Amino acid sequence: MTGVPEWVDGNDIAGATRELFAVDLTVARGRCATCGREAMVAEAHVYDRAPGIVARCASCESVLLRLVRAPDRAWLDLRGLSYLEVPIPAPVAPAAMPVVA
Amino acid sequence: MAVVTRGFTGRGRREVDLPPGQYLTDDFPVLSAGPTPRISLDEWRFEVADGDGTRQAWSWPELLALPSEEITTDIHCVTKWSKRGTHWRGVSLDTLLSGVDSDVGYVMAHSYGGYTTNLPMADVRDGKAWVAYEYEGEPLAPEHGGPARLLVPHLYFWKSAKWVRGLRLMATDEPGFWESAGYHMYGDPWREQRYWGD
Ligand SMILES: [Zn+2]
Repeated sequence: MTGVPEWVDGNDIAGATRELFAVDLTVARGRCATCGREAMVAEAHVYDRAPGIVARCASCESVLLRLVRAPDRAWLDLRGLSYLEVPIPAPVAPAAMPVVA
Repeated sequence: MAVVTRGFTGRGRREVDLPPGQYLTDDFPVLSAGPTPRISLDEWRFEVADGDGTRQAWSWPELLALPSEEITTDIHCVTKWSKRGTHWRGVSLDTLLSGVDSDVGYVMAHSYGGYTTNLPMADVRDGKAWVAYEYEGEPLAPEHGGPARLLVPHLYFWKSAKWVRGLRLMATDEPGFWESAGYHMYGDPWREQRYWGD
């Protein structure tokens, strides 16, 4: 055995998913469709030395997300996540409107 | 002492006879979509199954007792590296599938750890596929798929499932792990069948 870790953490997919989405998926929360664990995508175990990127549940190792990148296309499979909760900044109140405390 | 006589020497690499888009490497890169399963040889089994259940199964000693073959072959990974003249020992799938009707069209290879990949039956018969358990004269290391992996070298190497545990017989073709996420159902390196629609 080489001693090199087999996986890296979920922050590894930030670049690959930024290409597809306007949001940073690694700060999203998701639920594992297999065991129900809820966690940040950044906490997943990511196997990126493969024909695609595979993110697995840190608890049960089930596949949460697969991303395959061809030169002109990408495929994203999220069937292992029963939901994703994505933080979106709340709209900023117009400056003219007084804010009542 | 083994003496290897090379048909050519030294000056750069012969890259003719490589499938399109591939480059040569001397390494054996480890690719894996999940944790390396640790399988005890006492519990290891290779099963051939159909919709009605297991048809035939072999334990580790039973596999080793079958006639084995030495295979020397080039291998081609879809991530674009190719490796020349790798040496393997394994049992031909002709032996393991000898009891299976010729009208079965496809197989799904299943691995310890959950990986799957689909293959036409015609591509795993007639001396084209093996369950390999030695690489370069040594027991196959876990990171390369040991104790045993599929070896189907005429297709991209993702079809040569690591940690193989059996084959499920199928009447119609179904996608495996990578084939359901963009990779080609067949995966012929000479026709550069990497992705859907290639
Ligand atoms: Zn889980």
